Amino acid sequence: MKAAVITFPGSNCDRDLAVAFERAGAEVIKVWHKDADLPKGIDIVGIPGGFSFGDYLRCGAIAAQSPVASAVRDFAGKGGYVIGICNGFQVLTETGLLPGALLRNATLKYVCKALDLRVETADSAFTSGWAKGDSVRIPIAHHDGNYTIDADGLKRLKDEDRIAFTYVENPNGATADIAGVLSANRRVLGMMPHPERMAEGAHGGTDGSVLFRSLMDAMALS
Amino acid sequence: MKARVHVMLKDGVLDPQGEAVKHALGTLGFSGVDGVRQGKVIELDLAATDKAAAEAEVRAMCEKLLANTVIEKYTVEIA
Repeated sequence: MKAAVITFPGSNCDRDLAVAFERAGAEVIKVWHKDADLPKGIDIVGIPGGFSFGDYLRCGAIAAQSPVASAVRDFAGKGGYVIGICNGFQVLTETGLLPGALLRNATLKYVCKALDLRVETADSAFTSGWAKGDSVRIPIAHHDGNYTIDADGLKRLKDEDRIAFTYVENPNGATADIAGVLSANRRVLGMMPHPERMAEGAHGGTDGSVLFRSLMDAMALS
Repeated sequence: MKARVHVMLKDGVLDPQGEAVKHALGTLGFSGVDGVRQGKVIELDLAATDKAAAEAEVRAMCEKLLANTVIEKYTVEIA
């Protein structure tokens, strides 16, 4: 598997995401936000967490207009895999690749802690290593993770089995406890929790590594 | 020519910051505040001289960047 990890000014989880891909056996190519093209032959794009462009205007809004964002949109349009974590999830909603939006936490507090998620679907390359209903422990660290979507959009996510993860205890006011969602073709995942921060023993747990290993298995099969 | 854009969360979208401001006003003794919604104002200096064209361009800016129309609404004033 070849993964491209994008760095925006203000990204701060790009290295961690690259290491998590590499530990799963992937080759990683780092991509700068001004690059208008993605490297040839990549299987997946990773959009990391952080504070791209200082969260100015809205979280992810400026990043979504950067040259590389157009390339990511084209890549996803051709069926490419994309994962956006935390700020990366915000970027994906701002590009329109995923529905809904991330608002300020209902508590108005920045929340940084490991918490339990429920795997809502195993039917994706990202989550196939789990079974539906599995409980996994993965940390969150965000101020704007309150996932919001209108009633029609929520019904569509549910009908199409596109809610990837939910919070066991909702930390931010997210609609229907949603922590992560999939695109209609199930190849774009956005999630607020950080699987790359729970990917090896020294992190205090390895639940997040299952996601990266699932991707490796999916790429080997395709 | 100047343009002023008001961006607000759509009605029905919870505004936690507005709620916090409302609560703080109540704490200060302003008892008559039934609701607070917080938004942002963006001022633009434009080279355009035609009012209608300027408004159309600023609306395009709002759709593309200044507002996230999934959750926000906007108004444009040209002066």
